[in-house]
Amino acid sequence: MSWSTPPYLLADVSVRRVMLQVLVALLPGIAAYVWLIGPAIILQLLIATLAALLGEALMLRLRRRPLLLFLTDGSAIVTAWLVALAFPPLSPWWLTVVGVLFAIVVAKHLYGGLGQNPFNPAMIAFAACIVSFPALMSQWPALGLRLSLAEQFGIIAGLAPRVDAMSGATPLDALKTALKLGDGAVDVPTLLATQEVFGNFAGRGWEWVSTGYLLGGLWLWQRKVITWQAPAAFVGGLSLLAGILWAWNPQQFANPLFHLFSGGSLLGAFFIVTDPVSGSTTFRGKLIFGFLAGAIAYVIRVFGGYPDGVAFAVLLMNLCVPLIDMYTQAPIFGMKNPK
Amino acid sequence: MLAKLFRFKGGVKPQTNKAISVHEPIGRAPLPARLFVPLHQSIGGAPNPLVQAGDSVLKGQLIGAADAWVSAAVHAPTSGRVLAVEEHVAAHPSGLPTLCVVIEPDGRDEWIERRPVDHHSLPPERVRELLRDAGVVGLGGAAFPSHAKLTPARAVAMEHLVINGAECEPFMTCDDMLMRERADEIVRGIAIFRELLSAREVLIGIEDNKQEAIAAMQEAVLRLAPDYRVVAVPTRYPAGGAKQLIRVLTGKEVPASRRSTELGVQCFNVATVYTAYRALACGEPVLSRIVTLTGNVERPRNWEVWLGTPMREVVALARPRADSSSFLMGGPMMGFEIPDLDAPVVKATNCIIAASPALFPPPPPEMPCIRCGACAEACPHELQPFELYWFARARNFGKTQEYYIFDCIECGCCSYVCPSHIPLVQYFRFAKSEIWAREREKQAADAAKERFELRNARAEREQAEKAERLARAASAKASEKRAPPDPGNKPAPESAPAVDQPPAAAGEVAMTAGDAEAIRKAAIAAAIERARSQRESAQPRNTDRLSAGQQREIAAVEARRAARSTAATAAASGTAAATDSGGAAVPPAGSRRDD
Repeated sequence: MSWSTPPYLLADVSVRRVMLQVLVALLPGIAAYVWLIGPAIILQLLIATLAALLGEALMLRLRRRPLLLFLTDGSAIVTAWLVALAFPPLSPWWLTVVGVLFAIVVAKHLYGGLGQNPFNPAMIAFAACIVSFPALMSQWPALGLRLSLAEQFGIIAGLAPRVDAMSGATPLDALKTALKLGDGAVDVPTLLATQEVFGNFAGRGWEWVSTGYLLGGLWLWQRKVITWQAPAAFVGGLSLLAGILWAWNPQQFANPLFHLFSGGSLLGAFFIVTDPVSGSTTFRGKLIFGFLAGAIAYVIRVFGGYPDGVAFAVLLMNLCVPLIDMYTQAPIFGMKNPK
Repeated sequence: MLAKLFRFKGGVKPQTNKAISVHEPIGRAPLPARLFVPLHQSIGGAPNPLVQAGDSVLKGQLIGAADAWVSAAVHAPTSGRVLAVEEHVAAHPSGLPTLCVVIEPDGRDEWIERRPVDHHSLPPERVRELLRDAGVVGLGGAAFPSHAKLTPARAVAMEHLVINGAECEPFMTCDDMLMRERADEIVRGIAIFRELLSAREVLIGIEDNKQEAIAAMQEAVLRLAPDYRVVAVPTRYPAGGAKQLIRVLTGKEVPASRRSTELGVQCFNVATVYTAYRALACGEPVLSRIVTLTGNVERPRNWEVWLGTPMREVVALARPRADSSSFLMGGPMMGFEIPDLDAPVVKATNCIIAASPALFPPPPPEMPCIRCGACAEACPHELQPFELYWFARARNFGKTQEYYIFDCIECGCCSYVCPSHIPLVQYFRFAKSEIWAREREKQAADAAKERFELRNARAEREQAEKAERLARAASAKASEKRAPPDPGNKPAPESAPAVDQPPAAAGEVAMTAGDAEAIRKAAIAAAIERARSQRESAQPRNTDRLSAGQQREIAAVEARRAARSTAATAAASGTAAATDSGGAAVPPAGSRRDD
């Protein structure tokens, strides 16, 4: 008898379904991405997915794990998509492949595969690549540069030359650079109002991609795939620091809304800090984990040398998870008011 | 009904599947050709058999008496003849046998004299004894002897008596039907328990998916005991767990480390209360129970089944469909697969479910834990099952205890919601039994160490005493030697005493040697005596938890041994040839220690 242990009833849930829901939740963001930034991301997602499945299969074979069971669990595809969405959309194909393979092979399987990785694989990929290929990782398509589908694909495939014109900066980077170059002479409100890279409340185009992530994330929360603590605390940590500095000097610091809808903030809030494997698992732990990740992300992106700080913030906080979890265990049933 | 309800965290909402088995009233299952009544049907001590093969018994006759305070009596469900007292497969996942009284009913169903009592006229201790001797145990499935739960805590006033009619396990409807049909007896039974506990308030909790039962109970309460409160509780598994129901009705949380009476609350199942009433008011001990037969069957229904009826015959009443692959005892969340349908129905058999792969699909392959926390969300005791799983897998049992593994009630909610389909409850059971085993080993080792140290200390002491005695003897001898010297003789130089008085000296020496020998012998004899008495005092510990089978084996060995020693005596007296080649291997009774 294959099922000789209780309970004999099981809810209709599976790892695959969890992962599928995460992928579905990414779709609004991806749709906005394709619509406003360009269809290149579709190709990136495909490349990333293929690379992830290949890497996964290779590692499963080496580790003698059931191939089909784990290849179809969807976790590799989630990692692949998060890597693709974190990388510049016109990155050369091999950069995406390197990033994904690093995530799958090193960050995931060398630590023991599904469920065992102490660090978020997509963030490991981002960190490894931004350190190894800083120039390529900073080339974001300049808005207004209208490339055809074929041209975009050509650039990714390495068939077309990577022209300087196509490499812009992210809105976050643009703001930081402008402020640095302006050396006090320029102020944030003027920059946001005048520069073309900025849109209604954050980066042009990117603000709607972030909104898409927000919608997807709220759907995941409504579906109970994720809990609210880590995303809320992440948003809170980021907004709090941004708010304090903005209130103190609105000329030199962008408002919290700008920060929330720029860079990887909302992707991170709903799809990265919610990663159950590498994140904290207790109620208070999730709050601490999310809050500090948000705060550190702000510090790195505003005062650090990298265009965005989400990846490093999350990785730093991943390190603290065992400690956080250990000290934030909630009292159990009957132990809340020990008499 | 307007009571303020509390919530317990976690829980799950599986399909209840209860509607199928409540269409027909409770049926009375026929008497089988043979009843196999297990003597051990409750938690606690195993009752000793009071009958033997060949005895005739009457319905309700005591066949196994409670052997300890936490133990409950067992009775003959009908009149007939005892065919054997032997081991028979038990209603237990292991399929191990248990000592059963096999009764062949004579068809007359003749009662022993029933003595209804008025519990008001008896002291509470006497009522508790009567309940124990009537075999009243928790019929919710745990089978804990009820009388042992009916003593209020000394320091805490009993505030709430919670009566559990929640019946949260899917498929199960035996309590539902009991409440619909026999609400009066239940309410009267509650009065007994309430008095024993001097409980201030009575709360009857019923899941709100049992409207008929709620109505029936309310009606009975209104007529018989208007101050009891029937409370509909939200349907959410495991609302019928004692601790969950207590929480929902009173807001109190009972951790594993405390008794509910210490918090001024106690909880009983409705069926338990019903049997207690029958036991006292009618003088009828627990002979049958209501069993839900459901699942993959043609005729799902509740039956009142005689304890000891083989499950095969019970199951046949429901007409299982051809594709039934196995049968579960208990609900699908906490029940187990019946290893052998020859096992008899016991007091804990609340439900038998015919299972088929369509009804309970086999779980998908187990995946690694992704720490999603769904199990922690579902855990009604607010544990962190994924952490416990992690530590149990790593055999880090100390950590499992730090994470409160013994607060786990094995309700199965965590396994139910696990997207990785990890049989979490099995890991926790494994960890618990490992911890218990280690605890026992440690106790045994500690005891052995203590014995060893005592023995060493004794040996040292004896050595010292002996040395002292020898020294005394030697000095005595020396002074003796000095005392009676010939006055005319000058003290002999040490170098030549042997030449002076050889015979006397030799005799003296021999005498002292003989003395020392005697002392040593006495010491040895005393030591042997001490060891023997110690062994005897230690021996019951080796034999007090023996199963009936082991006891019988020992009895057989003793009998053989007795026969052999007579044979040996006979052989010694020359009347029989000593052909028993094993004779030499038979140790004297006194040396037996570890068998």
